[in-house]
Amino acid sequence: MEIIIEILSIPLVQSILKIVFIILLFAMPLGTVLTLMERKWSAMIQDRVGPNRANIGNYTGHGLLHLAADGLKSIFKEDTIPKGANGFLYLIAPFFGMIAGVATFAIIPIAGPIGDFTFQVTDIEPGLLFIFAITSLSVYGAVLAGTSSNSKFALLGGTRASAQMISYEVFMGLALMGIFMVYGSTRVSEIVDGQNEYWFGNLIPMWGVFTQPLGFILFFTALIAETKRAPFDAPEGESEIVAGYFLEYSGMRWSAFMLSEYIAVAAVAVLTTTLFFGGYHVPWLHLWESAPQWLVTLLQVMKFSIVTIFFCWMQIQLRWTLPKFRFDQTMALGWKKLLPLSLANTALTAVVILAFM
Amino acid sequence: MELKVKQVKRVDGVKEAFYIPATFGGLRLTVKHFFRNLLGSKDVVTINYPEEKRPISMRWRGRHRLTRKNDGFLKCVACYMCETVCPSKCIHIEAGEHPDLSIEKYPFRFDIDELRCVFCGLCVEACPKEAIRMDTGVVAMAYSSRKTFDFTRDLLRDEYDPKQHESPKYADEDLPRPDSSETALPNSQGIPAA
Ligand code: SF4
Ligand code: SF4
Repeated sequence: MEIIIEILSIPLVQSILKIVFIILLFAMPLGTVLTLMERKWSAMIQDRVGPNRANIGNYTGHGLLHLAADGLKSIFKEDTIPKGANGFLYLIAPFFGMIAGVATFAIIPIAGPIGDFTFQVTDIEPGLLFIFAITSLSVYGAVLAGTSSNSKFALLGGTRASAQMISYEVFMGLALMGIFMVYGSTRVSEIVDGQNEYWFGNLIPMWGVFTQPLGFILFFTALIAETKRAPFDAPEGESEIVAGYFLEYSGMRWSAFMLSEYIAVAAVAVLTTTLFFGGYHVPWLHLWESAPQWLVTLLQVMKFSIVTIFFCWMQIQLRWTLPKFRFDQTMALGWKKLLPLSLANTALTAVVILAFM
Repeated sequence: MELKVKQVKRVDGVKEAFYIPATFGGLRLTVKHFFRNLLGSKDVVTINYPEEKRPISMRWRGRHRLTRKNDGFLKCVACYMCETVCPSKCIHIEAGEHPDLSIEKYPFRFDIDELRCVFCGLCVEACPKEAIRMDTGVVAMAYSSRKTFDFTRDLLRDEYDPKQHESPKYADEDLPRPDSSETALPNSQGIPAA
């Protein structure tokens, strides 16, 4: 027994356990379930039934078995490599996006710390700068897939993806400047704790969405553009460039692209929750001082999950609501509207902080 | 009649340029549908086909059937009216002599090639004896072999057993021919030969 506690208190073992729990039991299942939920929810929006045919005997689970069916199908499909493709780059490209999406979860706390133990894989000093670095990595997935598949449509998609993602990363960073200034840190745990303060006594929690409303809209927009989903899905552009950069892929590698898209959706949701909606902090819970620790942690995990799922749902809802931007419109929106707005937001925040502090 | 022209106004201006009011307008609609359907598929009009079937009217022209008299004998008198009128020439009848002399003729063979049939219903209208009808309600016939679409007389009779049809035992050669008339009657009509 003592030996087990001894082993469990080694930081490396703890980190590995956290990785397993947070990433394999939170990020991956969320991404996987979203692939089905997107189809089910879009069906509800459009008054359709949605997938409900996959079955074992008479059991369909309202379409739940489609997850298993999709997985089996893509495993047994042929993994094709087009003629003239750059084999090695072509084969590794699908995994960049996936790694980038999963790595986001590494710095996200899903509940408050208990003593020395944190519910966060690592609380690094650069914090969100790590996110910027990692999301830039996911551009490589699209670009490599586009250039290595030896296909004109894929190349077009790859170029569009790289242009779009690199430009929207700029506004993503600038939109977060306000948050950094308000909470005075880039460290995720400090930003989350900063959101546990209250205005006017105990009336309004100082969540990012209240301190930085414009920043929230800009950041959310930039992140949706970063995931390359509608209304910013010009890189995939079904109607003009078929599927864009992953046009030539098949089987499990194609699934990796799909899965990384949904993991990116989940990552967007957890980032929004953490930075703008108080992270794991349940509002006004500090008023109940005698709350047992286990209950607090449970409520925190629940609050975090509910807000995360809400934002996953929100992104899917947006995708099925908004028409697609043309590619030049995407870029114009970014450089001509979002960039000045985020600069103005940064300046305004700075002025307000200087005036009131 | 005056044509109604709906003028769609193009909206421009600051409100449109910000996208956000329009986004919320769109979200209001989709979220409304989402929640209506989340609580019990209210707007969904889809019919889950193999489990649920669309109600069909009495006049629907489906697969043919040959009606029978009270004594179990086919009503058809092999008058060839339907074969003559059929625009796609898919009915094939061979008449046989009936043991009951008051009836004169009955069909030894009565084959309909349902693949060629255009379901026009002319055969039903032409029949003087109401012996052929298309009211089985069989909407879709989907079989994996062409042979299965050749409906022979026994398959077209009233009590049609679809299970038998799925493994077609009724190859042409099994059918009673006019020259083996003793076996024909008990086999097809359930009445022993005279
Ligand atoms: S429905 Fe028309 S085409 Fe079909 S068998 Fe009757 S007459 Fe011929
Ligand atoms: S089905 Fe009617 S029309 Fe056709 S041969 Fe028999 S009696 Fe005549």
